[in-house]
Amino acid sequence: MTQKILNGILLDEQTELSLHDLCVACSSSEQWIIELVEEGALEPVNLHTTSYQQTEWRFSADSLQKVHTAMRLQRDLSINLAGVALALDLLEEIEALETRLKCLK
Amino acid sequence: MDFKDYYQIMDVKKDASQDEIKRAYKKLARKYHPDVSKESNAEVRFKELGEAYQVLKDPEKRAAYDQLGKNWQAGQDFNPPPDWDAGFEFSGGDFAGDSAGYTDYSDFFESLFGHGFGSVHQGRQQGGYRARGEDHHAKVVIDLEDAYQGATRSIVLQAPELDSSGHVINKQRTLNVKIPKGVKQGQRIRLSGQGSPGMGGGPAGDLYLIIEFRPDSMFRVDGHDVYLDLPVTPWEAALGASVKVPTPVGPVDLKIAAGTPGGRKLRLKGRGIPASTPGDLYVITQITLPPADSDAAKALYQKMAQELAYNPRSKLGV
Repeated sequence: MTQKILNGILLDEQTELSLHDLCVACSSSEQWIIELVEEGALEPVNLHTTSYQQTEWRFSADSLQKVHTAMRLQRDLSINLAGVALALDLLEEIEALETRLKCLK
Repeated sequence: MDFKDYYQIMDVKKDASQDEIKRAYKKLARKYHPDVSKESNAEVRFKELGEAYQVLKDPEKRAAYDQLGKNWQAGQDFNPPPDWDAGFEFSGGDFAGDSAGYTDYSDFFESLFGHGFGSVHQGRQQGGYRARGEDHHAKVVIDLEDAYQGATRSIVLQAPELDSSGHVINKQRTLNVKIPKGVKQGQRIRLSGQGSPGMGGGPAGDLYLIIEFRPDSMFRVDGHDVYLDLPVTPWEAALGASVKVPTPVGPVDLKIAAGTPGGRKLRLKGRGIPASTPGDLYVITQITLPPADSDAAKALYQKMAQELAYNPRSKLGV
């Protein structure tokens, strides 16, 4: 069977999503994403450069993965947002350390 | 279908209190949560655990399960006796529909609690219900060369779907997907609308492909940067040389300066994984000794020992 080749969107740092895009992609409410930003778990790339207008926020596409993880952690382990933010930070740190460890081995 | 021992899965005794069960769940959920856990079978364990907890946390379901489970052991071939759940009051609706988190239950669970456990049915809402389809996630293993050059991968996905009579079947489908060059370990590719179909005219979910690099015997990867251990001879390191260095897309020439020590990190700018800011290739020198396995080789080493008067431990004070 021949099939066409699908082109996906690479969710890298160069790709940017609006608050609305992010909500649609994660099936989450804007309020929840705003809370994640307020908690410091997530940072729009232009948080400090534009006037503080949530509708103008742009997120780098790798935020999507963070939001997904945050949703699962909150849902499955019933941790509050501060806990989710802490877990995300620690997970990121562990990943960075493990990568470094692999390069040193 | 195998009988599942939910007590064994949750590592609690059969007479555990509801509080003990809750504690055991919380502890194991943290241990096996797929976003956190390093266990290789975390996802399977976490699903099993969620399923076990759905039953044991609910005194009604637990009582029904206990009644049934007296004569069974984990792994035994199992078919639920007809009307096994008769006589148990059940307050919810169709159970399989009431929890957003765990939709992927085992056959064992489905056979017991999936289709209207207990006699009180509410049924799912039919009209006017519209929901976006579920997102799917799948891992794609690629070689480092693919990240340099891009590639096309065929991905076989198994997804549970409802057939026309409402039974869950595992449907297989193959997708050909372009992997763009410049991807990094752990990065996601989103394929819009390739997840589960929506309900009631809602949009389909998305498919996320998670990029994973096949471990390479030569190269190590950190983001867009690539690392390589490069063996060099003592005379190349001491006198300087131009040597061939492999890269994932073919060899290049590298100049080694005279007096390069072992463990020196040499940067080949832009020879890492391509991107708008391409990564670098780091070559780490490893000085290797030729074996002293012939008279001629031994004589050369002895000559060096006599003529160089070199003490590598002088800084250690000995």
